[in-house]
Amino acid sequence: MSAIIELKNVSKSFGGITALKKASIKVDVGEVVGLIGDNGAGKSTLIKTLVGVHAPDDGQIIIRGNEVKNWNASKAREAGIETVFQDRALCPQQSIVWNIFMGKELKHRFGFIREKEQVREANKLIREIGFTSKLIDAESPVGNLSGGERQGVAIARAIYNNAELIVLDEPTTALSLIETQKVFDFVDNVKKSGRSVLFIGHNIYHVYDISDRFIVLDRGEVVHQLNKNDIEGPEALMKVMKDAVSKH
Amino acid sequence: MSKKENTFKNLIGKNGRALGSLGYFIILMLVFLIGAPEVMMRPNLHQSVFVMLPVIMFMVIPLVFLVTAGEIDLSFASTFGLSAYIFALLLKAGLDPLLCILIGILSGAVVGILMGCLVVYGRLSSLVASLGALFFIRGFLFVASDSKSISFMEISDHWIYDVLVGKLFGVPMQVYWAALFTIFSYYLYRKHVFGIHIHHVGDNPDSAAQMGINVNWVRISAFMYVGLGAALAGIFSCLINFTWWPTQGFGYLLLALAAVFIGGTPTWGGVGTIVGAVFGVGVIAYMEVGVVAMGMSGVWRQFFNGLIIILAILGHRFHGGRVR
Repeated sequence: MSAIIELKNVSKSFGGITALKKASIKVDVGEVVGLIGDNGAGKSTLIKTLVGVHAPDDGQIIIRGNEVKNWNASKAREAGIETVFQDRALCPQQSIVWNIFMGKELKHRFGFIREKEQVREANKLIREIGFTSKLIDAESPVGNLSGGERQGVAIARAIYNNAELIVLDEPTTALSLIETQKVFDFVDNVKKSGRSVLFIGHNIYHVYDISDRFIVLDRGEVVHQLNKNDIEGPEALMKVMKDAVSKH
Repeated sequence: MSKKENTFKNLIGKNGRALGSLGYFIILMLVFLIGAPEVMMRPNLHQSVFVMLPVIMFMVIPLVFLVTAGEIDLSFASTFGLSAYIFALLLKAGLDPLLCILIGILSGAVVGILMGCLVVYGRLSSLVASLGALFFIRGFLFVASDSKSISFMEISDHWIYDVLVGKLFGVPMQVYWAALFTIFSYYLYRKHVFGIHIHHVGDNPDSAAQMGINVNWVRISAFMYVGLGAALAGIFSCLINFTWWPTQGFGYLLLALAAVFIGGTPTWGGVGTIVGAVFGVGVIAYMEVGVVAMGMSGVWRQFFNGLIIILAILGHRFHGGRVR
């Protein structure tokens, strides 16, 4: 299998605090990778560096075999990487449509928006996601939606562009059981369509259920990597993680 | 609920702020009409208002963009003077008036870009930084011009005078230009990537950055638009008066800002209305003449200006606070 994205020896610090220390990870085509680690292990920093929100201080970012310089969020999206951020990255005062197309608007020449097309596509998407029980107008502001519905908007945005890699940062936090199940179904669908997922979670049972491979992070370093075949169940994964961290 | 009712409700919901501003404008006009029917029915009163109203419009409309982006600029009132000064100097040097205008507009845009860079890269509060720039630029104008005004009556013989500030069907040409500018800005604000990114940046800059929007560039270009609008206002003011003077434009500072907020654009960023701002300018422009027309002494003018501003902004509270 070939890697969609590979990070090699990536380091990042914020004002003297080292958040990532020579971290190397890769995501192959069609696999679901689970990133685990305790609070403050650097999961979110790793993700934000991977999707171009933070610029790494050191190290390489390789997209489909080619190193990319001056990596940023816009380049990541062009490369087919979409992210559902922990904070969902929504603008609550703007409409659902504007949020779904944020940063990747459908444009005419000279930058004017293809408004009708955007509304049509957005309406189709929110039906597809099925995150809402009642009929929601794509032109109403995101601020009127519930937490689960907002997550639906963030996911709709990630799937609209046929991304090859979808990064989900703690996507089930503060969601109800049914909503959590919907996120899992979504990950399954993405995987079935041959695309890749990088999944970050607090809940080791959630991560175990949906991932093919696990990466354990501790204090900014990748301390262990293993395949799902190598372990028995979530309890075993928990033990592996604890051992890896205590040795570190 | 029937579909018709729903459409009506949507219309109010989405345009509440603009409709509110229209409401204040109508109420104000009614008060003046009842208070001083004879004066308010005189066409030359409206004509005099419409001479300078477009100048305010050029300043206020770009400010809606900037306030929506979550920033503020006070320096525009001095950029107004600076661009007009450059225009006047070049004109006096014998350059073609059209070229003088273009360079003048460009100078305003450059000042706006510099202002934006100061805020974005210097990480300064736009309120404080632009307050500094307001005095700095105005101070420079006093020094550079030796506090002397420049007049250029000869411009009235040039074709460009008729095109920009002449009259068409009895209406000053600047009204048409300001209308054109406002319509263009409306589309830029609501239907163009530039305006949409301004909304996102003002609403949640972190989200915008995470989605790959160049937040710094969006902020700087919003400042640029304000500088450009101020330059337009300054040049039009020069043409209307045949004169540049050292304090030109300074008096518009607070009135233009008031027009933005009376127009229904809130201070917190992410939302705003161009249509509302048009009525905001209307309120500001008529407020001054109306109070005097009603027979109050000029002493009362500021008192009523303030009262109208407070009541209008209180009224806008009913359109709801910030959604999070």
